[in-house]
Amino acid sequence: MKIYTYDSTFEGFLTCVFDCYSRKDFPVDICSRYGEQRYLFVESIDIATNPQKAERVWKGIQKHLSGKNKQLLFYAYLSEELGIEMKIYRFLRRMFSGHLNLETDYGDPDVLHLTQASQKVKKEAMRMMQFVRFQRTKDRMYFCGIEPKYDVIPLIINHYQKRFTDQRWLIYDLRRNYGILYGNDKVEEVVLTKKQFNAYNGQVKEELLHEGEDFYQKLWRSYFKHITIEERKNLKLQRQHMPRRFWRYLPEKQEAN
Amino acid sequence: MNESVHEKLKILSDAAKYDVSCASSGSSRGNTSKGIGNSLGCGICHSFTEDGRCVSLFKILMTNNCIYDCAYCINRRTNDRQRATFTAQEIVDLTIGFYRRNYIEGLFLSSGVIKSADYTMERMVLVAKKLRNEENFNGYIHLKAIPGASSELIQEAGIWADRLSVNMEIPTEPNLKKLAPEKNYPDIITPMGQIRDSILVAKEERKKYRKAPRFAPAGQSTQLIVGATPETDRQIILLSSGLYKKQNLKRVYFSGYLPVNSYDERLPAINRPPLVRENRLYQSDWLMRFYHFKAEEILSEDQPFLDLDVDPKLGFALRNMHLFPVDINRADYEMILRVPGVGVQSAQKIILARKHRRLNSLHLKKLGIVMKRAKYFITCNELPAHKADWEPQRLKHKLLCEMNSKYKKSLDTQLKLFADFKPVLPTLH
Ligand code: SF4
Repeated sequence: MKIYTYDSTFEGFLTCVFDCYSRKDFPVDICSRYGEQRYLFVESIDIATNPQKAERVWKGIQKHLSGKNKQLLFYAYLSEELGIEMKIYRFLRRMFSGHLNLETDYGDPDVLHLTQASQKVKKEAMRMMQFVRFQRTKDRMYFCGIEPKYDVIPLIINHYQKRFTDQRWLIYDLRRNYGILYGNDKVEEVVLTKKQFNAYNGQVKEELLHEGEDFYQKLWRSYFKHITIEERKNLKLQRQHMPRRFWRYLPEKQEAN
Repeated sequence: MNESVHEKLKILSDAAKYDVSCASSGSSRGNTSKGIGNSLGCGICHSFTEDGRCVSLFKILMTNNCIYDCAYCINRRTNDRQRATFTAQEIVDLTIGFYRRNYIEGLFLSSGVIKSADYTMERMVLVAKKLRNEENFNGYIHLKAIPGASSELIQEAGIWADRLSVNMEIPTEPNLKKLAPEKNYPDIITPMGQIRDSILVAKEERKKYRKAPRFAPAGQSTQLIVGATPETDRQIILLSSGLYKKQNLKRVYFSGYLPVNSYDERLPAINRPPLVRENRLYQSDWLMRFYHFKAEEILSEDQPFLDLDVDPKLGFALRNMHLFPVDINRADYEMILRVPGVGVQSAQKIILARKHRRLNSLHLKKLGIVMKRAKYFITCNELPAHKADWEPQRLKHKLLCEMNSKYKKSLDTQLKLFADFKPVLPTLH
């Protein structure tokens, strides 16, 4: 009867899995050491993240999962759901003990849950491809500050890198306070200490914007307005596809100034 | 870029809004080194307008001037309207400006006809060419082919564009003649055939030489107006299935007729577009494309119109009760797809999941199957068939009552909106 705690990184979690196996232990729970304490009378073991151990578990996972499900567990993990660790852990137990194609056993509650959690995360990543809006700054940077529900910015690097190869861009996660910067064929993770933008909606300070920026936003707003078929109005459908929480980042949803 | 561009943008986006095709899917074009943009297999919706439609492409007319006088079109030359024309460069600048800010996936360019079909087409091709060659743009481009444009121009259009479309608009030749006397059928069918052939040739070539030029890699599509002329749904569905098969079309779009020129007596006197019918046609189209239905299964000769009360899949099931119930744990994929309440994704999940264990109704519910509907058409572990006592008419009635009145209500209000609806611009070819 033990619980394992770790540093709330995916690597840390995989290290826990490794240690559980090597200690032949089936934990009561695996959870972040920073989270709320939920167990009073259970012995807890704190695991230090070990990249080599994590790597070995990850390789094992890759060997067992089929093509398009290779990232299933990682995505599910990113959902940050309470208790997701144990679901993954139970899944791994069954998978490593030889259950073939386990990821398609949707009749099993754990499998179904992991599938759904991973879909949720993928959807959020998709939304980061849909609703990122760049503002061009004076120093020719295309900037976007946004707040995804899950930590999915790393999942969209590839997409943006392929698409915008000839412009510098920076996508910044306003809540987690880090961003991805692209320039000169390189992508790097950055943390901005001096914030030249509004932390609520990612708006860059007026005086730093490129002179054409305002006009393009205005054109886009106009376009958006005129392409709407007034008589077919269906605001519910609009909100369903484009949740309100994104509106503050979208120039087309701002009042004209 | 200045205020005059802004004014034109207002007029020409307004003029473009009724063109229904917006999907930017079906093409994947990698970014050439140091260029801008790429197209993905699945188009991304970057925004949603207040009518709930996806904004993926920058959909715009080059001009709303037109030398023709098609009865169903707001841009016909005899209408007194504000007119505007973009230069090629203006469209290029707008497209690039929007694209770099991640507002759009690419451009969808259509146009009224100025001077002649060729003159117009040439200008449209120029926009695409500039985007590709001068701006190094690899995003999505959809060009309308102007009926009557020369085959050389169509050929060139296909080199720059991802998708081409020739709008058929009116489903049968005599009715087209009636409403658009200046157009003729061959002007539509010929370029369609040419595009189909060029696409096939280019595909073959690219199998042999990887560097061979592409031709409209995302295929071609067309649009049909529904309700301006008396064709039946069966005629329309057979036509579109023929277009998919014979012309290899990727998409056929339907557009409920908007009574824009009500003064024209060749057109039916209606005051709202047939939205429900349009929706049923889309559902039928969906059944053909993703559910392996054949056109003849959707409508029979003695029943030429779609049932407006129930969707065509449920309609099929009710007409063919002898095929049901389907055993979820044994039936093949094709049959599972035909169960009302089961979508493509859930059907695929069922096939995979049942290899591990027998599925019961609780599983099905969790997999996202609409049991309220499906239960009358399936059996699974513990769920006995509901069939025996169901006579189709009675079942239909029951399902209709159950289909939450909420849905009906929203449809009603939507339709009411159209009762006193003064439509604006459809722009069509
Ligand atoms: S449908 Fe096309 S050709 Fe006919 S009037 Fe309208 S814009 Fe002109």
